[in-house]
Amino acid sequence: MAFPETHERETRTLLSRHMGEEEARTLDGWRERGGYGALEKALEMEPDEIVTTVKESGLRGRGGAGFPTGVKWSFMPEKGDDPHYLACNADESEPGAFKDRELMRWTPHLLIEGCVIAARAIQAEHVYVYVRGEFFEVIRILNRAVTDAYEAGYLGEDILGSGWGCDLTVHVGAGAYIAGEETGMLSSIADGRAEPRIKPPFPAQSGLFGDPTTVNNVETLSSVPMILDNGADWYRQWGSDDSPGTKLWCCSGHLNRPGNYELELGMPLKDIIHDVCGGVPEGRQVRAVFPGGSSTPILSRDELDCETTYEGLSEAGSALGTASPIVMDESTCIVRAMRRVAHFYAHESCGQCVQCREGTAWVTKILERIERGGGEMEDLDTLYDLCEQMTGKTICVLADSVVFPLESSLDKFRDEYEAHIKHDRCTATA
Amino acid sequence: MSDEVELHPAVAGAQPYMRAETQGENSAPEDAPLFDDGAGRERLEKVLSRYPTRRAALLPLLNYAQERNGWVSRPAMKEIAGELDLTPAYVHSVATFYTMYNQRPVGKYLIQVCTNISCDLCGGEEVLERFLEETGTRPGETSEDGLYTVMEVECLGACGFATVVQVNDEYYEDVTPERVPEILDELD
Ligand SMILES: Cc1cc2nc3c(=O)[nH]c(=O)nc-3n(C[C@H](O)[C@H](O)[C@H](O)COP(=O)(O)O)c2cc1C
Ligand code: SF4
Repeated sequence: MAFPETHERETRTLLSRHMGEEEARTLDGWRERGGYGALEKALEMEPDEIVTTVKESGLRGRGGAGFPTGVKWSFMPEKGDDPHYLACNADESEPGAFKDRELMRWTPHLLIEGCVIAARAIQAEHVYVYVRGEFFEVIRILNRAVTDAYEAGYLGEDILGSGWGCDLTVHVGAGAYIAGEETGMLSSIADGRAEPRIKPPFPAQSGLFGDPTTVNNVETLSSVPMILDNGADWYRQWGSDDSPGTKLWCCSGHLNRPGNYELELGMPLKDIIHDVCGGVPEGRQVRAVFPGGSSTPILSRDELDCETTYEGLSEAGSALGTASPIVMDESTCIVRAMRRVAHFYAHESCGQCVQCREGTAWVTKILERIERGGGEMEDLDTLYDLCEQMTGKTICVLADSVVFPLESSLDKFRDEYEAHIKHDRCTATA
Repeated sequence: MSDEVELHPAVAGAQPYMRAETQGENSAPEDAPLFDDGAGRERLEKVLSRYPTRRAALLPLLNYAQERNGWVSRPAMKEIAGELDLTPAYVHSVATFYTMYNQRPVGKYLIQVCTNISCDLCGGEEVLERFLEETGTRPGETSEDGLYTVMEVECLGACGFATVVQVNDEYYEDVTPERVPEILDELD
């Protein structure tokens, strides 16, 4: 069982503090570590107070879009007769991201505790945790924890004698990236096929089974207990005003020490790559990085000074996304890398929108042709055209997820694409 | 399935469903019923108790079909449709939306090699090649002895440990082509 490496610049006192401790997985071990203390506190608070605390902490959603969590919770309507739901997004499938898996396999009770606190805040009676099907190890661990939490009265009716209760059900997917998109996930649970739908209405108005629903990511919910335990100001001692706290960074690709690292938001990207992850293999240099997972605009070697906050990466022309830098050294053919990324999104398009279904497939075909040898200069214009047609015209942003890396790679590595076309092979890696 | 009694309804629809015990020569026949015995009925009831609609039990029951039989046959889809008041065509359209439901029996060991970007950067293609070579199969095809089916798979969500390979319900991390024979040896 792989365990993420640690580094002295990590803030391993928060989210990841019990990773690597087998005992922390068990209910007793979790209680010994102060577990479920935040829940006890939350049970004595009014739902509004919980929402306010999380709002003040500035916690932002860790599923990719970075929407402020407390604000999202406040969109839930007044509780009436209709049920409210919380859907925990544990579908982790953005290429490059592997943090939710790590959180759930090491500290499943942390997630359960976060789910119950959030459920109380939005007055949900049922939490569905949607775990991607491939995560069987996680599922076993989570199932054990959920069963134990029910037995100990942390789940179910009348939690810890508070007079309030909620249920939690583990719901397992079956291999479809698009089930990670929030409305796709809700369709997957309620109807079967994970087909996103147009927003508005947003899930807070009409979500699971047509009732008010909040969707939150695993890391978001796992961050909630410590905020309730210690307060909003405490949380704000890390990070920036707009990006408070710490975050798990999933570092992969050509790195000497790839892995998950919990870092204060704001560390320069180049420090994460060179210091924390030990840089790229000896004798080589970084060529390019997808800083927030494969759907974020590519950065070249000269752009790595940026601060890794939501605002810092957006100023650099990219995005924090899932905080999953995929690092490529000089041995990487950009055309091939981009083809591989495009192929993924083409494979995962649910097919509802023509621009996405046809666009992702066409882009992939053109990139394959350029990679193999046989591309033409006009192909580059066609790719730009396709990017334009695929932007902002579809039900969900899967189509845009190809445009961001593709268009930025065409802008920044145009000479590589051109050389590839001219020589019918990669000259950059020769 | 003997521990069915102990399965908490909260996790009843969430059991691992890729298992050597029900794959390869252990695969159930096409028409093996799902809900005709105590275990099947109990699972059905537990799953249904967690959702306000019957339709929402669809994925959990497809999962169950594969857990029990090793694959999801047409008759199994029909049986699920009957229990949930859906048409068989609807259930089929859902089952085929997802990549993890086997629509025909697979080898005892279903080997899925990630070749997505992070694994590709670290040699995922070579790992895939080596698995195909060692098992003497082509992608998606089951070896003659019924032991292995090797496939390419999209991102498995463990990118820091490339190349990632899933064998049934287990992950193998940091796999190199050199480690492939050893992994295959350990399996059987
Ligand atoms: C194509 C696509 C795939 C997504 N996949 C995931 C995912 O696997 N996990 C996740 O938490 N969010 C994913 N999201 C983001 C969700 O739609 C949603 O914004 C998020 O779960 C909300 O939680 P948060 O506010 O806590 O971040 C995806 C979005 C899109 C457009
Ligand atoms: S953009 Fe693509 S994935 Fe999203 S709904 Fe449309 S076709 Fe489906």
